[in-house]
Amino acid sequence: MSKLKREQVNLTIKKKSKWGVFRDNFELSMMLVPGIIFFLVFSYIPMLGVIIAFKDYRNNLGIFGSEWVGLRNFKFFFTSQDAFRIARNTVGYGLVFIILGIVCAVAIAILLYEVKNRLFLKFYQTTMILPHFLSWVIVGYITYILLEPNMGILNQIIKFFGMEGINWYLEPKYWVVILPVVHVWKSVGLSCIMYYAALMGIDEQLFEAASIDGASKWKQICYITIPSLIPLMTVLTILNVGGIIKGDFGLFYNIPRNVGLLYPTTDIIDTYIYRGLQTGDDIGITTAVGLFQSFVGFVMVVATNKIVKKISPENSLF
Amino acid sequence: MKSKRANLPVNIFFLIFSLGFIIPFILIISSSITDEQTLITEGYKLIPHKFSLEAYKYVMKSPGQLLNSYKVTIFYSLVATAFSMVVMTLMAYPLSRSSYKYKKPVTFFIIFTMLFSGGLIPTYILMTKYLHLQDNIWVYILPNLANAFHIIVIRSFFQGLPPSLVESAKIDGARELQVFYKIVLPLSKPVIATVSLLNLLARWNDWNTALIYIRSKELFSLQYLLQQILREVQFIKDMAESSPVAGISINLTQLPSETIRFALCIVAAGPMLIIFPFFQKYFAKGLTVGAVKE
Repeated sequence: MSKLKREQVNLTIKKKSKWGVFRDNFELSMMLVPGIIFFLVFSYIPMLGVIIAFKDYRNNLGIFGSEWVGLRNFKFFFTSQDAFRIARNTVGYGLVFIILGIVCAVAIAILLYEVKNRLFLKFYQTTMILPHFLSWVIVGYITYILLEPNMGILNQIIKFFGMEGINWYLEPKYWVVILPVVHVWKSVGLSCIMYYAALMGIDEQLFEAASIDGASKWKQICYITIPSLIPLMTVLTILNVGGIIKGDFGLFYNIPRNVGLLYPTTDIIDTYIYRGLQTGDDIGITTAVGLFQSFVGFVMVVATNKIVKKISPENSLF
Repeated sequence: MKSKRANLPVNIFFLIFSLGFIIPFILIISSSITDEQTLITEGYKLIPHKFSLEAYKYVMKSPGQLLNSYKVTIFYSLVATAFSMVVMTLMAYPLSRSSYKYKKPVTFFIIFTMLFSGGLIPTYILMTKYLHLQDNIWVYILPNLANAFHIIVIRSFFQGLPPSLVESAKIDGARELQVFYKIVLPLSKPVIATVSLLNLLARWNDWNTALIYIRSKELFSLQYLLQQILREVQFIKDMAESSPVAGISINLTQLPSETIRFALCIVAAGPMLIIFPFFQKYFAKGLTVGAVKE
């Protein structure tokens, strides 16, 4: 019966030719033209440009004139002593930033939920989000005031307690703490407000019912609040997981002020590539590093999304 | 009453927490209004021991470079935001229409740019060798005309509009472009405001475009100028020397270079810091609207 119906429908609706489909969608397609040209020129052509990674690039010979060298650039980079350092720093900070970011933002959002006074709430939210509107350059000014060895606030405090001031810009070991603190300071406000918005969506009756049943505040947080934030946490984590390998150039360039002595703990892939561009030699190797970075980031996002899709399809990104 | 008492520790925590965000700004302001000598001998202080507006006087005396960077930044921020909104809304509209035949491949074409990129070096070679955008004001604008994530945000909003509106207009014989700007755009003011603000903020805070592509001082963006000033005192001296005010000779050895830095920082960053927080809710919304799902 149903088969018969389908055939009838097929008879009445004539299959359109390819040309017909194109004509029907012509107007809408025309609207896409500026955007498509943009992405072709500024995203896809540079993607083709990664062939430089497989060439011995010479500026005077151009991309096409330069000689093919296969994987030599990659080999050269991975056997250099820089490779381990920048890979460790990039991935290490990336992981710390993601975990610290989620923990801080969720914890503060949960605390913020306890603030019932509208005026106070507004005040806390506004101060928290202020750093979001600052460029890394201005954040650089702020860290400079704090860390400047002779006049800086931190050393004034240290000296006040009778200890020797520290020359922060010469000591790599402190930056393992400084950079995550600065990162959280700049980003926690916005993500906290997003989590707070998600919390506002929870049905208050859940909490009331739980407290009637004798659940402590802590239990309520563990069994109601945090589970309801998990969808947002997954989406933000997938969005950020590519960032584990893609460092924030603004942070790592402006805050340690490109001081060579600090490279052991502040040099990441992005600052390394930028320096490669500055010096202009080894363009092939630098491109290879960039390609490696893009590729690993791509694989990580797609893989995370796949895993999330397996566990809970509704939380996956695409 | 009980809930209020439970709130006290939370409020104390947040008051201290907010200080962590406010004090840095006070530090910059107070450093800019401290007497140079006092600053150098006593260090940065939360409240200046010896008050002085000398730094601001110097900035106002020779505002040439600062004014120029302000102009450049305002120009490219507005132009880039306007152009990119046109490109992005035009692109989001067909993708929001369920009847559009090439929706899937085009969406993939856009999302792929979020996942993979050619990297800095190929982009740099393209921009300088082939597009000749080095030292050109368009370098601030053209590479930022569209952003995959923002297009998806706009498309998601369009999809939320009642489809019957579009259908009835089509039955009345409206062309797609007419439907787009007479019906869809006027209904989409919230998302347009949000994405425009995100774009504007990103352009305003752009310092790395100039770092990579701009060499001539006339085209420095505000943030890049600030970065140069933080890096080298030389910049402040250059500014003082090129002072357009005739007859005023500035003794370069007495130039309050430390305090000038922070005065410039305030003059350059202040206005936006006052304006943007008013649009706070749009920024938080802009990120949550982005349901990238098909």
